[in-house]
Amino acid sequence: MAAAPEATIAGPVISIRDIVVNYNGQRVLDGINLDIVHGETMVLLGGSGSGKSTLLRQIIGLERPQAGQVVVNGVDLAKCTVGELKKVRRSIGVAFQDAALFNSMSVEDNVALPLREHTQLAESTIRLMTWMKLAVVGLQKSGKLSPQALSGGMRKRAAVARAISLDPQILVFDEPSAGLDPIVAAELDDLILGLKRAFDMTVVVVTHEMASAFRIADRMAMLYKGSLIAVGTKEELQSSTHPRIRQFFDRVPDKIADTAGIDEYVRRYLEGSTM
Amino acid sequence: MSMPAVERLGSATLRQLGYVGGLVIQLGNAIGVLGPTLPLVGNRNRWRSAVQQMLAIGVDAVPMVAIMAVCAGFILAMQGASELRQFGAMQFVTDLVTIGFTRELGPLLTAIAVSGRSGSAFSAEIGSMIVTEEIDALRTMAIDPVEFVLAPKFLAALIMLPCLTIISNACGILAGGVFMQLSTHMAFSVYLRDVVHSVVLRDVMIGLVKSLAFATIIVQVGCLEGFRVRGGPDAVGRSATAAVVKSTFLVILADVGFTAIFYLTGGK
Repeated sequence: MAAAPEATIAGPVISIRDIVVNYNGQRVLDGINLDIVHGETMVLLGGSGSGKSTLLRQIIGLERPQAGQVVVNGVDLAKCTVGELKKVRRSIGVAFQDAALFNSMSVEDNVALPLREHTQLAESTIRLMTWMKLAVVGLQKSGKLSPQALSGGMRKRAAVARAISLDPQILVFDEPSAGLDPIVAAELDDLILGLKRAFDMTVVVVTHEMASAFRIADRMAMLYKGSLIAVGTKEELQSSTHPRIRQFFDRVPDKIADTAGIDEYVRRYLEGSTM
Repeated sequence: MSMPAVERLGSATLRQLGYVGGLVIQLGNAIGVLGPTLPLVGNRNRWRSAVQQMLAIGVDAVPMVAIMAVCAGFILAMQGASELRQFGAMQFVTDLVTIGFTRELGPLLTAIAVSGRSGSAFSAEIGSMIVTEEIDALRTMAIDPVEFVLAPKFLAALIMLPCLTIISNACGILAGGVFMQLSTHMAFSVYLRDVVHSVVLRDVMIGLVKSLAFATIIVQVGCLEGFRVRGGPDAVGRSATAAVVKSTFLVILADVGFTAIFYLTGGK
């Protein structure tokens, strides 16, 4: 199942080579290598601060790496011109964590925005296309509403409708299940699977929700402190013996409280105060 | 001890220079994308949002600008009269109010009012768009945030500030007339005739040129503060405060510069 997409198309759609990203002198991504092939669903897993969101921002060209290259559809995002970058961006649809819909516009206008900006289509055609995109995500009745009037799950679905409005080849999700109840999150997972099947898209999902990851992933990549520690199918990752992967999968907490240190501190404080 | 102080001074200077540099770069970008915002030749959606901004920046500000101008007109007339009366030169109150407003108070008061009303609104709007990733969303949709968000505000301010300045001039001068009628029983028609006599086209034009510069400062500072927001909602609040403080400061600084230039070149 997971190996099938590789057989159909030769080159990877997204190819990440040795990228390094520093924020304020701190290394956030450290020599990441990753290929994402046409038609697969790649889930980027990792805890808070693992660098998975930073990697996502690199893939969608919001930030350029300090070293290495990110090649999307044959264009190196680190070196390309603004025109090339714009072209690549039009082939990527992004659904942001908190939907990032424009509150000053109706849901319908949000979805229509990329069409109005990048196509010369007649207004009636744009209306029809917008309605169809909203129907794909089950929001055809909510087009006239303001994004603020939608529930969390509906907002995310509206964001998906906007992301697919230009029929992108690559669809990117940032934390699709964050802040949603399990049922709505599962609906969104189904939507992602359905879209991939219907539109033959490459899907990249950043998440830390294991249930959601196992439902949608063809392959997974696990980040830890800015490095990629594993890439493989769900079965491969599940059977991995890497301690960090096991810890993440088995939900074992890191030791936060240093009880021995507290004892030592109290002992020294008491000794000091008696002196 | 002295080295860290020098270093601090140096880094503060570099930071301010960096800020001004950012302002200049953003202004360059904004001028570059002003074309699509223009009516008829440009993108209709941009012009539509520019019209919305004109209502917000200009039309909604009329009552506030008018009341401020009326108050300032009274203040100027009363302060002037209390001195000029001693010399029996009450008729010069007309000149004082007319010249004072057309050259200075009209554009300055308008700029301060707009900076407080709209400058903070620009930075708060853009800042919250940064926090909610709407600006990122625009960029991933291959839409330039400067063209989409800033340019309509810029065009709207460039059109509306001169209009508000004219309203402010008119209100201030009329207030002076009301004062003269109340205090010296000078007929309003006589006052208006004196105003027409003392108003100079050059003064009015200088005031309008100033208002264009003030509009540029308010929009660029407000939007830059918004675009520089990093973090959460508290940063948005801070950016709104910084937008008002910095744009008011820069407006007054620019006013000094303009007044000095016109004073030195005008001969008056």
